[in-house]
Amino acid sequence: MSVDTKIAFDQEYIKAYSEKRQEPKWMAALRLKALEKSENLPMPKPDKTKIDKWNFTSFKHDVAGEAISSLDDLPEDVRDLVAKDQESGNLLVHRNTTPVFSQLSNELKEQGVIFTDIQTALQNHGDLVEKYFMKDVMKVDENRLTAVHAALLNSGTFLYVPRNVEVEVPIQALYWQEDPEAGLFNHVIIVAEDNSSVTYVENFLSYGHDVESVANIIAEVHVGQNARVTFGSVDNLAKGVTTYVNRRANVARDGKVDWALAQMNDGNTVSTNTTHLIGDGSYADSKTVTIGRGSQSQNFTNQIFHHGQNSEGVLLVHGVQKDSASAIFNGVTKIEHGAKKSNGEQTQRVLMMNEKARGDANPILLIDEDDVMAGHAASVGKVDPIQLYYLQSRGISRQEAERLIIHGFLAPVINELPIEGVRKRAVEVTEGKVN
Amino acid sequence: MAASTLKIENLHVSIEGKEIIKGLNLEINGGEIHAVMGPNGTGKSTLASAIMGHPKYEITEGSVFLDNEDVLEMEVDERAKAGLFLAMQYPSEVSGVTNADFLRSAINARREEGDEISLMKFIKKLDGKMAELDMGEEFAQRYLNEGFSGGEKKRNEILQLMMLEPKIAVLDEIDSGLDIDALKVVSKGVNAMRNESFGCLIITHYQRLLNYITPDKVHVMMQGRIVKSGGSELAQRLEEEGYDWIKEELGIKDETVGQEA
Repeated sequence: MSVDTKIAFDQEYIKAYSEKRQEPKWMAALRLKALEKSENLPMPKPDKTKIDKWNFTSFKHDVAGEAISSLDDLPEDVRDLVAKDQESGNLLVHRNTTPVFSQLSNELKEQGVIFTDIQTALQNHGDLVEKYFMKDVMKVDENRLTAVHAALLNSGTFLYVPRNVEVEVPIQALYWQEDPEAGLFNHVIIVAEDNSSVTYVENFLSYGHDVESVANIIAEVHVGQNARVTFGSVDNLAKGVTTYVNRRANVARDGKVDWALAQMNDGNTVSTNTTHLIGDGSYADSKTVTIGRGSQSQNFTNQIFHHGQNSEGVLLVHGVQKDSASAIFNGVTKIEHGAKKSNGEQTQRVLMMNEKARGDANPILLIDEDDVMAGHAASVGKVDPIQLYYLQSRGISRQEAERLIIHGFLAPVINELPIEGVRKRAVEVTEGKVN
Repeated sequence: MAASTLKIENLHVSIEGKEIIKGLNLEINGGEIHAVMGPNGTGKSTLASAIMGHPKYEITEGSVFLDNEDVLEMEVDERAKAGLFLAMQYPSEVSGVTNADFLRSAINARREEGDEISLMKFIKKLDGKMAELDMGEEFAQRYLNEGFSGGEKKRNEILQLMMLEPKIAVLDEIDSGLDIDALKVVSKGVNAMRNESFGCLIITHYQRLLNYITPDKVHVMMQGRIVKSGGSELAQRLEEEGYDWIKEELGIKDETVGQEA
């Protein structure tokens, strides 16, 4: 028997919610239309992972987050996520979807950079948001969950970098789900206009509860000509949270996107990271790591679509599976007809720490053009007993040896995370999952 | 530190059901350097692996004691903490773990919690030992053995030996694949360890290492047993005359394991 995936929110509720948030009319209309569509659209069908029994309906939608007067009001572990060099930097903190702290340097404001929560952006920059919201990168009607996302959006960030502006300090957004029941419908829009550059890092955090909730997350990234976006993330949502996350970028001519994603949720997760290399000479580098533990089931799809000529895409996925966790890793390199001289490389490695863990790496190369280069490597293997023996022969305990091997295995991605505090956090999260 | 004794009695070792070592006796005291020599296939490396607890080797009979402790009852890491060390013939590569982090973990593993080696002290020691072994500073931050040449791996084994200061070390073919300069460096490292509380078992089938590290005792292994023991002059004679005279003396036709006299 499949669980009912229809959400329990009606037109009246959505209308009132949009009004309460003082949204522009187009947004209210979009939400209502999305709600209507959601009723008939199919659920997403992640390859080889059954999600029909996952919870997508049990959550609280509108939860208030108590305001804070300074960062020092945050609990220590949340506070620690803010890197020292970020304290005077550019930071947005959400608590139960409510923005409670926001800071952007005057210098960037003067250059026209917009960095604000999605609610404020809809109020103050409605036309600009409309131009990008689920238009070119994501679509509302891709499946039931993308439609539900649009209807119920309750959190998010809008980051806009005008032409020729290079933002040197990383921009950080924290999404702290203090209430374990709080559902998260988080929407991030990043627009990097031509010749601009920016680094954005996000952290999702909730605590080790079994309480059921849902996170339905979308990030849309627009990379202009010759622009560069670095996108880092540490996802760390608790066991009870079902996560459906799409992070997607469109990259224009000579543009570049670098993804560094630490996917450390403890609950069932379907995560898709997609780049469309639209322009000639565009470039994408996608690095992701994950640790599965307990009995969680996860599905990761990392994909790069080459449309432009001379486009280059590199995928690197490292996953560790512990306990009886299972995960599917799909790596997709698609080179469209006409994308001459493009180069797509992908590597997926899965390390299994015990007999009951399951991991499946599927490298998929779809090539509709002759004049290209493409390559893939995929491996799924158990932890090497001889490696453990070697480390233990120096006095290191088996547990510590496994810890070292896992850290080492994930290092190629974690070392690429753009903010030191976030990198440290990823290492700590790894630590927590290993022990 | 008082000298330790490693005592191996009537040791029998099998791999995948096949017996490789067939009743071996050996006693190594702190302050002594022993060499086990012998042609290929006589069980020398099996001896080294069995002492350390390699997962593929099964001890079917006999005992190994380090002072009063039953080594065969211990996990691999406990053996190391008790004071044993094996410089391996084929050290593993561990990606993503720097040499320095690994060594610090290994040193701290044998210290109490709260008594970890200070970073300054560790770095000072590491720098000193690396300099003794002519290892460039970059080796500290390189991933453990990853992409190391054969010679670099051997040097790295000796670096670990010098950092961890075991009571008894077994060096398994630490000389194989080394050019003469590297051999000298490695020998220098081992000789620097020499003192009355450090015992060492060198496994080799070349005598040339023993030109640089003079053993107190030399043993010849054939057919999974020690068939002859002597002083450093025995190594000398083996260098000059090979193993045939021993085989002749003992009536052995084929010295490898599985062949009986």
